[in-house]
Amino acid sequence: MSGAEIGLALSVFLACTVEAVEALTIVLAVGTTRSWSSALSGVGAATLALAAIVAALGPALTSLPIDVLRVIVGGLLLIFGLQWLRKAILRAAGLKAKHDEQQIYEDEATAARAAGTKPSGFDGYAFTIAFKGVLLEGLEVAFIVLTFGANQHRVALAAAAAGFAVLVVVGAGVAARTPLAKVPENTMKFVVGVMLSSFGMFWGAEGAGASWPGGDAALLAIIPGVLIVAVAMARILTRTVHAAPLEQVPTTPADPAGQAPVSA
Amino acid sequence: MTRVRGFPLAVWEFVVGDDWRTAIGVALALALTALVAAAGVSAWWVMPLAVFALLALSLRRAMRGVSRRG
Repeated sequence: MSGAEIGLALSVFLACTVEAVEALTIVLAVGTTRSWSSALSGVGAATLALAAIVAALGPALTSLPIDVLRVIVGGLLLIFGLQWLRKAILRAAGLKAKHDEQQIYEDEATAARAAGTKPSGFDGYAFTIAFKGVLLEGLEVAFIVLTFGANQHRVALAAAAAGFAVLVVVGAGVAARTPLAKVPENTMKFVVGVMLSSFGMFWGAEGAGASWPGGDAALLAIIPGVLIVAVAMARILTRTVHAAPLEQVPTTPADPAGQAPVSA
Repeated sequence: MTRVRGFPLAVWEFVVGDDWRTAIGVALALALTALVAAAGVSAWWVMPLAVFALLALSLRRAMRGVSRRG
């Protein structure tokens, strides 16, 4: 397996693990409080929809000329990666609330209980919430599988890494029977942000006609370089926040950039 | 009709997210890389500079948002 393929598998595995942990919390909440069979039906339907998206778009992407594909994939990975990285840096600096899976679980469970009486058969509420949760969390992973996989013509490897991550998370969830609150989500998101931004930069520049010194080996400098800059930015931001006058520091960490459609 | 209009909006929100300036910046950086490369000059350095600048600017905007709310 080449270095780029290891990077592909690692990025997809970490991204999918984070998203699967978040989806698991939602499914656990509606499954426990409403109906396991309906919640699992929602999970199955969303998984089929995601598989259909990958199967339909994968061949279409791989049929594009390589330079066009690299510019598109590089650009999209950079846009996604910079969003993941920015949010991870803001969380690391205490400027954005970290994901609290236990709190999210309790909120979802409260909402599920308040959603009216459970029907004796199929529970539409449990199905819909589980379906939406898995589809929305999975859409980003499907996108990463497609872009990374198509660019290296290894969609199957990317899909396998995503599938393995789901198995690990589901296995851990079944064993723990509670939300996986101890998973270091922000650290994983930080790493995913670094990987997506690095590969996006590399492929985007190549697609646009640039040649990296050392070819593929340039990734060995780009990835640590992005990591070092991102860590430095997180430290500078943390120091700035601690040095700021009290009235400028938020007492409750909030999303300073507004509601994000992606769950990174 | 609402669904027809809603789909491109959903795609835009999914891809671009909550910081459209960064998305525009990435597109401009790729275009600049292509221009520099087409001129026969080494162009690999454009993207790292642009990416670090875009990340710093995005964080600065987020910080300003926090300061305003704080």
